[in-house]
Amino acid sequence: MPYERIKFYQTGSFAAGNRLLPADLRSVQSSGDRANALTCGHRACQGCGEALGARYALDAAMRATKGKLIAVNATGCLEVFSTPFPETSWQVPWLHSLFGNAPAVASGVAAALKAMGRPEVRVVAQGGDGGTVDIGMACLSGMFERDDDVLYICYDNQAYMNTGVQRSGATPPAARTATTPAVGPEPGNTFGQGKNVPLIAMAHEIPYVATATVADLRDLEYKATRAMDFRGARYLHILVPCPLGWGSAPADTIKVARLATESGLFPVFEAEAGQVTSATPIRRQVPVQDYLRLQARYAHLFRPRERTDVIARLQAAADRNIARFGLRAGPGQPEQPERPPVPVAPHRDTPQER
Amino acid sequence: MLKQIEGSRAVAEAVARSRPQVICAYPITPQTHIVEALGALVKKGDLNAGFLNVESEFAAMSAVIGASAAGARAYTATASQGLLYMSEAVYNAAGLGLPVVMTVANRAIGAPINIWNDHSDAMSQRDAGWIQLYAETNQEAADLHIQAFRIAEELSNPVMVCMDGFLLTHASERVDVPGQDEVDAFLPPYAPRQVLDPADPVSIGAMVGPEAFTEVRYLAAERMRQALDLVPAVAADFAGQFGRSSGGLVRPYRIEDAELIVVALGSVLGTIADAVDELRDDGIRAGALGITTFRPFPVQAVRAALDGDHRLRRVVVIERALAPGSGGIVTADLRAAIATADGGAPRPEDTIISTVIAGLGGRPVTRKSLREMLTSAAQGNLPPFSFLDLRSDLVTSELARMRAARRSGPSAENLLRDLGVTAVS
Repeated sequence: MPYERIKFYQTGSFAAGNRLLPADLRSVQSSGDRANALTCGHRACQGCGEALGARYALDAAMRATKGKLIAVNATGCLEVFSTPFPETSWQVPWLHSLFGNAPAVASGVAAALKAMGRPEVRVVAQGGDGGTVDIGMACLSGMFERDDDVLYICYDNQAYMNTGVQRSGATPPAARTATTPAVGPEPGNTFGQGKNVPLIAMAHEIPYVATATVADLRDLEYKATRAMDFRGARYLHILVPCPLGWGSAPADTIKVARLATESGLFPVFEAEAGQVTSATPIRRQVPVQDYLRLQARYAHLFRPRERTDVIARLQAAADRNIARFGLRAGPGQPEQPERPPVPVAPHRDTPQER
Repeated sequence: MLKQIEGSRAVAEAVARSRPQVICAYPITPQTHIVEALGALVKKGDLNAGFLNVESEFAAMSAVIGASAAGARAYTATASQGLLYMSEAVYNAAGLGLPVVMTVANRAIGAPINIWNDHSDAMSQRDAGWIQLYAETNQEAADLHIQAFRIAEELSNPVMVCMDGFLLTHASERVDVPGQDEVDAFLPPYAPRQVLDPADPVSIGAMVGPEAFTEVRYLAAERMRQALDLVPAVAADFAGQFGRSSGGLVRPYRIEDAELIVVALGSVLGTIADAVDELRDDGIRAGALGITTFRPFPVQAVRAALDGDHRLRRVVVIERALAPGSGGIVTADLRAAIATADGGAPRPEDTIISTVIAGLGGRPVTRKSLREMLTSAAQGNLPPFSFLDLRSDLVTSELARMRAARRSGPSAENLLRDLGVTAVS
């Protein structure tokens, strides 16, 4: 079928234009056959990045596994808003046990499936940043080092949103949370703290690690799909803006996520066996202020006076990311061709072994 | 097959014959020999199961939760600090109604750290919603595991098999380890009540608010009520097939005409039986009541065992754990059972109950000490609450130190110094 190549640059995302693409290049979400793993009727806030990310990630994983998927969920927003008794929004077999044990529970599910001779059924575990980088870290690291056949997805909204926006190990410096309030001479979260779990995951040399955001949903679908090509432990870290916790407009969720990547504050990349294999270049770098200004959690950096010193430190962090992951598509480097609509990797009947 | 075998090894073989599909292991003394033996069976290919070497007890219980929810028969073992570390998941397994079986190789809880036997660990989880069975011998420990899988799966409720650390786990004695065919005939394959299955997706572990939480908890109570019928039925079935008595709710010994009854759990019951025999030789009408099933607490079975005519009876509860600020955990349940008397026997006013804290942190409970203590009980000289074989001199001097100086230092070290174990600084 002849088709015209669409330049997505104007919109800055791959979210549009499905109907103009050939069928095999359309997104999972554009298909009437999508799983709707997290279906409508749940209680997420307006503009919730986590709900969006979870639906795209799980639907892609569902397609990649031909519907043979089991999901394990840590306690948190995603669990609470999706299963208020007596309702559930999950159209996949779904298990919630505790806050800090989702990786271990998923390991158990995977071990059971293997023992019962059902290798075609795959396992996804998912949680927020609190359940992943803080209380779930030991179980996550154990699941990684044993190379258990689990895809763990962290929906990172950078604080404990379900309990009322308290700081987590994923909260960025200077951000206001309920436990790092915007008071005193150095308002917000402290510099020099926090942990980078994608890099920690890579240090385990697991088959596949990737980051993504809800600004680039085609990329997110691709990575969730790609992850299912591998056997063993895999990790997908998705930045999901939280309008409530970040103090951003619900309508700006995609925009805020895009500015996080275009400022360099959130690098988008993938890695195999501990080596970065690709990074999404920044087409048009923006200063970190563009990202910060949209969020009330950084309001103290602009009022009553602009904290140029703090903003400079954040800009330096963004610049370090850009250098570290080679995110610049500027002069000196050939401009990265605009990424074609990401084809969803074809399902492999025999997923590759590590 | 009869063999001379270490308790841990016998339990491992009994568990293996129960065909678990997923086993999670995290080492803690004195549980290690059990999971080591199971690991070897899996590694050799004698047991077809997933064997997960996890990074903590919390992960061990979490992984068996996942395995059980996915439809596999799942097993783990722990003790002491490990049981506390997994406590959140222990409650969760019961709340989800997952028929996991776990061995607890009973050990004290620190501080002070102590690897030896008492019941502090399992007692701390008595209200977690698990059925708790306490083995008296290694034969019973092995048998209880086979029964435990059947009880757990029939009720969709986890079962904890408690066996005394070292005293049982590391003791070699004669055990008849059931053969595979016998166990297969007794224990049907696991048919889960709820399972994670892409062909029929369900949500397990959903949030429940005030509108139904009470009802969910009622069902937990109901499962325990059903267990009071099922546990003895399974024990009877087991006796019919294997020709020996193991498990059940309670085990009375020479209790019919007894005026002095010793109540206890676990391996100390063997020593107690010997002490009872000696007291009988002395003309004291003594008896013993072993509580095999501590959760659910077998109120009616205990009452029936203590039922006699209405003469005054003395009951001595041997507690292998201390409830600081309260006293004895078993005593509290026993009192409640007797207090429910509705005109029948035993009448509370006819029963004098004493709590004796004994055998903490591996201190031997000797026949001699038991006999002296029970003799004084028979004479009416035993206080309501006491410690067996307490070194009063050590306690007295430490209390004096604490009165004398604010900064008296760490008590454990002080006591060890008094004993000459630690050098005087």
